[in-house]
Amino acid sequence: MRKSLEKYYRIDKLPHIWCPGCGHGIITGAVVRAIDNLKLDKDKICIVSGIGCSSRAPGYLNFNTLHTTHGRALAFATGIKLARPDLKVIVLTGDGDCTAIGGNHFIHACRRNIDITTVVFNNSIYGMTSGQYSPMTPLGAYATTAPYGNIDRNFDLCKLAQASGATYVARGTVYHVPQLIKIIEKALQHKGFSVVETLSICPTYFGRKNKLGSPVKMMEMLRDNSITVKAAEKMPREEMVNKIVIGEFFEENAPEYTEEYMKIIQRAQGEE
Amino acid sequence: MTMTSKPRLMQGNEACVEGAIAAGMRFYAGYPITPSTEIAEIAAERLPKVGGKFIQMEDEIASMGAVIGASLAGLKAMTATSGPGFSLKQENIGFACLTEVPCVVVDVQRGGPSTGQPTLPAQGDVMQARWGTHGDHPIITLSPSYVREVFDMTIRAFNLSEKYRVPCILLMDEVVGHLRERVELPDPASIKIINRKRPDLSKIEYYNPYQDYDGDGIPPMVNFGEGVPYHVTGLIHDITGFPSTKPEVTEYLISRLMRKINDNLDEIIDYEKFYTEDSETVVVSFGSTARSVIRAVKILRREGQKVGMLRLKTIWPFPHKAIQELPPTTKNIIVAEMNFGQLIEVVGASAKGRFNVIGLNKYNGELISPDEVIAKVREVNKNA
Ligand SMILES: Cc1ncc(C[n+]2csc(CCOP(=O)(O)OP(=O)(O)O)c2C)c(N)n1
Ligand code: SF4
Ligand SMILES: [Mg+2]
Repeated sequence: MRKSLEKYYRIDKLPHIWCPGCGHGIITGAVVRAIDNLKLDKDKICIVSGIGCSSRAPGYLNFNTLHTTHGRALAFATGIKLARPDLKVIVLTGDGDCTAIGGNHFIHACRRNIDITTVVFNNSIYGMTSGQYSPMTPLGAYATTAPYGNIDRNFDLCKLAQASGATYVARGTVYHVPQLIKIIEKALQHKGFSVVETLSICPTYFGRKNKLGSPVKMMEMLRDNSITVKAAEKMPREEMVNKIVIGEFFEENAPEYTEEYMKIIQRAQGEE
Repeated sequence: MTMTSKPRLMQGNEACVEGAIAAGMRFYAGYPITPSTEIAEIAAERLPKVGGKFIQMEDEIASMGAVIGASLAGLKAMTATSGPGFSLKQENIGFACLTEVPCVVVDVQRGGPSTGQPTLPAQGDVMQARWGTHGDHPIITLSPSYVREVFDMTIRAFNLSEKYRVPCILLMDEVVGHLRERVELPDPASIKIINRKRPDLSKIEYYNPYQDYDGDGIPPMVNFGEGVPYHVTGLIHDITGFPSTKPEVTEYLISRLMRKINDNLDEIIDYEKFYTEDSETVVVSFGSTARSVIRAVKILRREGQKVGMLRLKTIWPFPHKAIQELPPTTKNIIVAEMNFGQLIEVVGASAKGRFNVIGLNKYNGELISPDEVIAKVREVNKNA
């Protein structure tokens, strides 16, 4: 780690709980680098998470950090942001945390377009509870609760976010780190609800259950299967199967929730 | 408190919002549910006028989360609901208990279980208010009987919650919530407001968010965004706020959480005694049921029956002393509650066989009437 980045970490809380080869540390590092590149005021940043391996990330980060209940990070974050719109609120969440138990909060946070950046650590599995399928587990994949293969169709999180009203939507992976940092920077600078889905790897459960080999092999799969949004536009449908489309999907300027609420306050006070 | 406002007709739910704003509430998150909805509607109208924030969340779980987030960010925050929503809030109420985030949760009780009877009164959430969330945890629960008392008690709920850094539940019921009474509100300047204890950061080298600096079991609180980064987690944590599985850390935390309430019972517990000095039978009640009991006791006293009333304003922590200090003349306790018999279990434990403890229960969506109280007291006194 670069010396200049140490101030963002709670070094005394290391080593972290993640398994060797886990992708979550890479995403955490990318978030820190994006914050550093943007020179954001450290004291004005608030990082909120739910429950899961991914949601343990804030504990290692030296900001106002809040490790909430499973799936509810966005609800807590909404309270913080509305109470203190001057704070930069970042949510770190897992695919299960965000799209299963927290799915309702996710679509409503998108819809409100509240100025929160959500980074989803998508390892396609429930890591913390040791490998059950999540709403992001691909069709046919194996999990401890899908011993015969998964018949649940998975979400396309970016489409879900966009359809729900998020105003910045992008996808990255733990293989494409420089690009991931750039995307997170853009998400942090965006006014409104921004979503960065990041494909992570869980060698311990998803990897093992699906016989994907070493963490290195899993990283190579991310490398080999990823194509950019631009390339995907030109690609025939049949070739798109099993491809991971990465890059920016959507960006729009729309009224931001806490700013709209300030107008409500002005209106209410003007009436008196 | 001096009275300055003109008397006006006010509903219990409205008095709740007025009390909350007087106490300093500047954030409300909720989800509509009968018979609590007016609280959300009035909060939506009133809060922006005082620079506060209102948000209607997607459900009660989210409402409770948002309230905790806002309180951590420094605003006094409240949510209101009824049975089904109260059930949904429980996990995050436990989060607030463990992380010691002040907040007020109003439960305007209706008939249950499940969707039950949305428009009818009940007092079936007494035990849920105490034990609705899992694990050992502290909680304070207050229960008002009159509209004016809703106002005062909402303020008290905020004050206790801020002082002890514990969620405070205001256990109302459909009758108290929807009742309209003439009330005079006190001069705002005369209202005692308690704010969360803050650390003197100039005297502290390194702020530990869960350190008992003052020895009273209540750690001083820094709000998020005040330049002192710290960690909050729903995992069992040490004084630094970080997770721990050590037995001594676990035991210390849980016992401190209980101690900060148990060491202050005299301040937290409030009740009203009425004709208990020489009574043979005492009727214990709370909330709207107590209104019928008072009328009944007055009528019975005119007949010469030796009967009194103990009206619990604080339900949790339970006022054991109030039961144990009943005079030697007392032989019987009637526990009147609109449920199948919840508080009676605790009264019985408190009585330790010294009194005959009898239930007067109604769970059909109707109020317990003064006549029913009268009949029960006569029956008990005759048998005695
Ligand atoms: C209410 C509740 N239900 C279930 C759990 C158990 N649980 C903890 S983490 C988790 C799944 C986490 O998966 P994900 O969000 O994908 O995070 P990962 O561990 O994969 O990073 C579950 C089901 C819980 N803590 N709380
Ligand atoms: S179980 Fe999976 S997600 Fe959790 S730390 Fe291990 S590798 Fe990472
Ligand atoms: Mg996962």
